Amino acid sequence: MEWLQQLVNGISLGSIYALIALGYTMVYGIIKLINFAHGDVFMLGAFIGFYAIARWDLGFFPALIISMLLCAIIGVIIERVAYKRLRNATRIAALITAIGVSLLIEYTVIFFRGASPEAYPEVLPNTSISILGASISSQSIMILAVTIVLMILLQFIVHKTKIGKAMRAVSHDADAARLMGINVDNTISATFAIGSALAGAAGVIFGVYYTRIEPLMGVLPGLKAFVAAVLGGIGSIPGAMVGGLVLGVVETIVSALGYSLWRDAAAFVILILILILKPSGIFGKNAREKV
Amino acid sequence: MTEKKSLKRFASIFLASSLIVGALAACSSSEEGTSTNSGSSTGGGENSEVIKIGGNLELSGAVASYGSSIKQGAELAIEEINAAGGIDGKQVEFVPVDNKSENSEATNAAIKLATQDKVTAMIAPATSGNVIATAQIANQYKIPTVTASGTAPNVTENADGTINDFVFRTCFIDPFQGIVAANFATNELGAKNVAIYADNSSDYAKGLAASFKQQIEENGGTVVAEEAYVAKDTDFKSTLTRLKSANPEFIFIPGYYEEVGLIVKQARELGIEAPLMGADGWDSPTLVELAGAEALNNTFITNHYSAQDPDETIQGFVTAFESKYSESPNAFHALGYDTVYFIKDAIERAGSTDGEAIQKALAETKDLSLITGTFSVDEKHNPVKSATVLEYVDGNQQFNSKVNP
Repeated sequence: MEWLQQLVNGISLGSIYALIALGYTMVYGIIKLINFAHGDVFMLGAFIGFYAIARWDLGFFPALIISMLLCAIIGVIIERVAYKRLRNATRIAALITAIGVSLLIEYTVIFFRGASPEAYPEVLPNTSISILGASISSQSIMILAVTIVLMILLQFIVHKTKIGKAMRAVSHDADAARLMGINVDNTISATFAIGSALAGAAGVIFGVYYTRIEPLMGVLPGLKAFVAAVLGGIGSIPGAMVGGLVLGVVETIVSALGYSLWRDAAAFVILILILILKPSGIFGKNAREKV
Repeated sequence: MTEKKSLKRFASIFLASSLIVGALAACSSSEEGTSTNSGSSTGGGENSEVIKIGGNLELSGAVASYGSSIKQGAELAIEEINAAGGIDGKQVEFVPVDNKSENSEATNAAIKLATQDKVTAMIAPATSGNVIATAQIANQYKIPTVTASGTAPNVTENADGTINDFVFRTCFIDPFQGIVAANFATNELGAKNVAIYADNSSDYAKGLAASFKQQIEENGGTVVAEEAYVAKDTDFKSTLTRLKSANPEFIFIPGYYEEVGLIVKQARELGIEAPLMGADGWDSPTLVELAGAEALNNTFITNHYSAQDPDETIQGFVTAFESKYSESPNAFHALGYDTVYFIKDAIERAGSTDGEAIQKALAETKDLSLITGTFSVDEKHNPVKSATVLEYVDGNQQFNSKVNP
């Protein structure tokens, strides 16, 4: 039952990519900015969760909620300080700013606590359940459950609430939305808050699942999640989920075939192929570029 | 313009005067040196009253803990030797110099020890790169130099196969740990089908994996799976699942604790019960935090020595060390201590403090019994010695056995 086991491995990895990819895709959808600092918000989420669990003796769920709340605030601050004034600047200026914010966050954390890794305390019971010969840890089931709940919640917010409606309207046409009386700035801030909260959640989940966290941990998952978002069709929320899961499973298959050293390369080959063959991604609409 | 000129003049006067002061200081110290040398002109002085042993060590910088540990161990050994009457009736003086964990500073420190302090022998830096930076100085001034913990093969043997004549070491070399692990797997655990999961981004791990593989095949075992990872990876489950399906009885994982901790944890989560083994790269308290004490059960590492070794001399050393520094000695402490005794033994057999005579004696060392093992020096200046196998039991390292080469 090796393949069933590999599928479980792939889905666990993919659900973390999916959670991060959601933030990328939401921000891109609304202001057409690739927020490269998103991977670092994920890292901050992991550290907030770590301090909540290790220093304040909180459980998994309180730590998860604290991390999500603080990351939401951090996301809004980043948007207000760094990106808001660039809203009418060229896209390359905003992109470079995003890379700058990313480096600023990484090295501020290193400045204050050093670059050494930290081991997440065990907060969730870790027993292995054997299903059809595949061993599934209770942690991965819990993590998958949390991920699914968060995704359902997100779908609910985007499609059933007033702020979700505003977000969709702004992403469709910001000027028309403003004419209709929608507060565009607040809507964009709300998008950053939700996206960053999901990254914070992904950080805590990553910490619990993989144990080791360090200040540069956001770089590679951030890039992978970006690939996942592009794969699913950037700007599309279901696309980010599917893209994340597909990427996780593909990486796992590459390792399972014995090419573990090619795993990271595989993710970026996917990015190149998607950009050449179907730039709009799996779920993307072939929308006309507005000029 | 004039201001600049006067500044320049001031600077040159300042420099000149500081040079003079420096030269005077150097003179006076060398005078002191020669007066104790009673007129002898050779470096070290054959008839000197004291034997100077230099310590070119990492006392600050990135790996300060290694160098400081070696210094503590060496100081304890010298204290003991002097209390017992010194070497051939001469007292030993230790001259430690800080190389700041940098290659260029290590070279400078070696030059200082060779030319100003005129030491008889030197303890070389702790890390292989820094030792290599001092090798040329040692050869040039013919000062026997012994590193306590530089484990890379190219410390004593250059790339073209020539030997650094005056460079020796007290520790075993990297590939040896792979051989020890292979013998342990075959002889102690009775494993026939083994797997290797190595860090592909580290020469250290690749060297260990290669020597492990060669030895296990010589022992009649089979490597059923060989996989690799790179430093900073976090998800090892897919590769571990692949390893599991190959059904190995033993998995060798050379690498550093940051990744190994995660590998051990994830392997146990996937239900891999086989014994796992690594080398001294695992040796860190962080490993236990990352993997969890329970997952680490039934894992082994090779190391230079264990403070829990029941051997009498080792326990004597541990007691002496603890009473002097009130902490338990680690492998670096023990290696630093042994390095001094290694040099002492050679000076005694050489019967002189002449560099070439000591060099010859070091190279001819046979069955010297020290804390980190009994060893003879081979033609590549590497000690042939036993390694200690430690087992993790509930998060603590426990002495398991000693494996001879």
